[in-house]
Amino acid sequence: MTILALDWFLLIEKLILIAIIIFASLGVALYTTFAERKVAAILQDRPGPNRAGPFGLLQPLADGLKLITKEEIIPTHANKWLFILGPGLAMTAALMTCAVVPWGGTIEVLGHQVDLQIADVNIGILYVFAVVSMGVYGVMIGGWASNNKFSLMAALRAASQAISYELAMGLSLIALLMVTGSLSLRTIVEQQVGHVWNIVYQPLGFLIFFICALAECNRTPFDLPEAENELNFGYHQEYSSMKLGFYLFSEYINMFISSTIMATMFFGGYDLPFVTSHLSIPGTAAIVGIVVLMAKVVMFIFLFMWIRWTIPRFRYDQLMDLGWKKMIPLALANMLVTGFFILWHQNNWHF
Amino acid sequence: MQALTNRAKQVDRAPMTFIEQLYLWNIVKGMAITFMHMFKKQPTIRYPEQKREFSPVFRGLHVLNRDEEGKERCTACGLCAVACPAEAITMEAAERLESEEHLYREEKYAAKYEINMLRCIYCGLCEEACPKDAIYLSETFTPADFNRKNFIYKKTDLLIPNPTTDAQGFAAAKGLN
Repeated sequence: MTILALDWFLLIEKLILIAIIIFASLGVALYTTFAERKVAAILQDRPGPNRAGPFGLLQPLADGLKLITKEEIIPTHANKWLFILGPGLAMTAALMTCAVVPWGGTIEVLGHQVDLQIADVNIGILYVFAVVSMGVYGVMIGGWASNNKFSLMAALRAASQAISYELAMGLSLIALLMVTGSLSLRTIVEQQVGHVWNIVYQPLGFLIFFICALAECNRTPFDLPEAENELNFGYHQEYSSMKLGFYLFSEYINMFISSTIMATMFFGGYDLPFVTSHLSIPGTAAIVGIVVLMAKVVMFIFLFMWIRWTIPRFRYDQLMDLGWKKMIPLALANMLVTGFFILWHQNNWHF
Repeated sequence: MQALTNRAKQVDRAPMTFIEQLYLWNIVKGMAITFMHMFKKQPTIRYPEQKREFSPVFRGLHVLNRDEEGKERCTACGLCAVACPAEAITMEAAERLESEEHLYREEKYAAKYEINMLRCIYCGLCEEACPKDAIYLSETFTPADFNRKNFIYKKTDLLIPNPTTDAQGFAAAKGLN
């Protein structure tokens, strides 16, 4: 009976972890919408939403309730199945990325070692890339199925933008992977714990990765797929009710995940310098780790918003220009220089 | 060409320098500007809780005045209605009876006095036209209702509280502190 030989504890542990992480990322996305409005307001000398609950803290719940109770409209000439599939795909892809992120170290529950990570895939970062690229299908299918010129235009833009910037993003990561020598996110974090963070080795790589992450998340200055004032909200123009909510949500979840990936890859993940490696009790180390990782993520999300409320949108040709003629050559040069230094180091700093 | 003001700036058509071509430096400068705005004072007045101080000449909803003994001052002369550019005021006059001397100041009074607040442009010409100091524009504003009909204010809506029976309400309506 092989089925009984299954490690039930592992199964339950993973199920609980999945549930926690899905609900946590939904909650984070919910409150990121609130934070976005609050940050926008503060940067523009306004108080922002402050009516629902203390400091407006219940605002996202009110927004969610509004979206759910709105009338759901499927345009007559829309492709019905694709129209429904679009937001679902966007949301699924956004949520699936959380699976490989190490949220903290190891804790001990009932005598078992529990990694705070759903799956330590040895090609973790490749998995993230694969799933994130799937996210753009959600946008494309939505834009196509709407049977609307603006939506289609936005979908085209989204696709070309994703392709152009994924290249530079991948190239900047290759340089990083040459340094780490591993694709597993946990290994990458563990290499940084107690040592210097990867940002020190790869400042240019991080810059390229960050700019590409902005483009991948459709954030300003690369928010061409949903350019409000030129495309009437772009690909989700025909969407209403919770389907629209899914699109908006998946965008914020993407932002959360890319912040997490950046914190993990370049800023030591759950590592707090000079502290984490000296914490003797394993439980506290894990909890401190989660808090530290969240703090880093919040910093990144704030940076995303700060940029959004500072910089205007790129023109489409400028976007392509930056992607193909600046980012990719830069990433390639970064790769070459990194390779050179690695070889030099392996040769004990002799030519 | 002679510039009208000295604020006009010549457009700089010089080719971008290397640093400008990188964009990043200028983006950082822009972000510094937005960051500084986090510490600026917000000009927002949180309306229902806080209210902006009005200027002494603010013109809000109308009030029909009474004298110190609580008698209505309006004599229904119709000068306000004539002065009104929006034709928002209508009235009907009536003669005071012997028993009503404590209610009205003079022999003639307004039996009906209506202002359509949706027509009114709050110019204050009625206030200026009134020879009896009977109509004033108060500091009350933003009336809200679900019904257009309710915006035609009757005498009951307009009259100031009686100073002999409701001195506090009278003072509040007059804005005397």
